[in-house]
Order: sequence, then C-alpha cells, then structure tokens
Amino acid sequence: MDASLTNYLLIGAVMFVCGVVCMATKRNGIAVLMGVELVLNGANVNFVAFSRHTSLGLDGQIVSLFVIVLAAAEAAVALAIALNFYNNYQTIDIDRGDKLQG
Amino acid sequence: MNDQVLFWIFAILAGGGAIGVVILQDIVRMAFSLIISLGSTAGLFFLLDADFVAATQLLVYVGGTLVLLIFGVMLTASGPFRRIQMSSGETFVGAAVGLLFFSMIAFTVIDVEWETLKGSHSPVTAAATDETGSTSRAIGLRLVGIAADTEVGIHKDRGEKTGYLLPFEIVSVHLLVVLVGAAYLARAKRQETSEATGGDA
Repeated sequence: MDASLTNYLLIGAVMFVCGVVCMATKRNGIAVLMGVELVLNGANVNFVAFSRHTSLGLDGQIVSLFVIVLAAAEAAVALAIALNFYNNYQTIDIDRGDKLQG
Repeated sequence: MNDQVLFWIFAILAGGGAIGVVILQDIVRMAFSLIISLGSTAGLFFLLDADFVAATQLLVYVGGTLVLLIFGVMLTASGPFRRIQMSSGETFVGAAVGLLFFSMIAFTVIDVEWETLKGSHSPVTAAATDETGSTSRAIGLRLVGIAADTEVGIHKDRGEKTGYLLPFEIVSVHLLVVLVGAAYLARAKRQETSEATGGDA
C-alpha cells in the first residue's frame, strides 16, 4: 500500500513538473493555460492519493473538488483575457505583450 | 492484480499525456494530449475509491474546461500562430530544469516514510462510504456543513466537527462572479469594435 501511494505521488510529480516546464517554455498563451491545468491536476492527484492512503479522509477529496471548480473559473477568465489579447495584437505569442515594459 | 494493470495503464497514459503537452509543438495536438492526460487522471481517481471526484473530473474538467480551452485554440490558432517554435537552446534548458526539478521531487517522495502518516486508523475513505461503496453521500453532507456521522469519532479528539459550508458558499459566489466577469470581458471588445466600425462608417 505504501508503494502504491509512492506511485501515485510520482505520477502527480510528473504532471506537476510537465505543467511548470510548459508554463515556463511555451510562448503560446493557450499552451501556458494548459500548463496551469496540468499543475492543478497534479496537485489533485496528490490530494486524492493522500485521502485514500492516509488518515486524511474525505477532506482531501473535498479540497480536490474545490480545486476543480477554481480551475474551471480560472480557465474561463484567462481565456477571455487571451481572446482580448488576440483581438488587440492579432497574435497569441505572449512575448509580444510587452506594452507595460516601458 | 486487475487494479495493478489498470493503474499502470492509467498512469502511463496520464504521465505520457503530460509529457506530450510539453514536447509537442502543434497546439491542437497539445490539446488532445491534455485530454488524454486528464481523462486518465479520472481513471486514477476511480482506482483510489474517489468515485465522486472522478465523475466531477470527467464532467467539469474534461467536459467543460477542456472544451473551453479547445474553443480558445480554435479562435486563436490561425495560420502562422498554430506553431510557435522555441529555439533549441530554450528547449535544452527547459528539459534540463524539468529533469532536475522532477528528480528532486522524486527523491523526496521516495525517501519520506509515508507509513507514519497513516496513523492508527484504518483507511477512512472506506469507512466513510455507505453500503454501496459511494462517497457522494458523505461528500454532500460535508458540503452542507455536516460531517458524516461515520467520521465524527476521528475528529472527536480535536473537539471539532468539520464541515465545508462556508468554503462551499465562497466558491459558489466566486464562480458566479467569475462567469459574469468572463462574459463581460468577452463581450466588451465586440461592442468596442462595432462602435469603431460604426464610427468609421
């Protein structure tokens, strides 16, 4: 059972690291959003795995439900911002959004 | 035995999908890879006896959030912006940093003795489920502020009965405000352009 918890945590770590690298290296704004989704999902895997394998109980599952709802809200707002960015700059390349740089 | 086979299938799909999101350059293929990864994560949740969370993951995440993302891909991925290449130096640095970061987390996860977290209790999720093995009743009771009666004894030593009514309300209002704001953000530009074209005419 302990080895199984370790396996789940490793899967969560893979998704988290992939999300962070995706956020840091991609230049497409939508791809950065996909990285955020991967990070949140990796955290969710950890929450549910701890909920099953430790004395955390159902609290972990409820926190993961909140994470899912907040991820949906974040995706809605970020996508609206990305579409506005695309309308203004005619591109989704986030390196072009440097107007505030001075 | 069956659980092990299913676990490895879902684990490889989830991890491979996540790696595919990083490696692939085409934004549409990245979106498909993300669907595979998040869908397999729902399978992992089912294997962890979290049936309600897994169903929510499929309905809200894969069915809602990802469709929203794919709409964003379709609206922005026109012509030359479908592939935005990175330089090979950036790719190398990104891969190196990712591998180092992952090895740090992996060594930490393997080294820590998770057995001590288990405490004296049996797995609580199994105790919290009703006779049908479903967790949705216990989760629903907690969301309206009542800790499920099967778990009260666990928190008794801390002298508290934990429910989640206030976070539930906060998240509900937050979601409402966010959706109104997103609709406003998505509409404002369109009105502006129609005014601009009207001004031009």
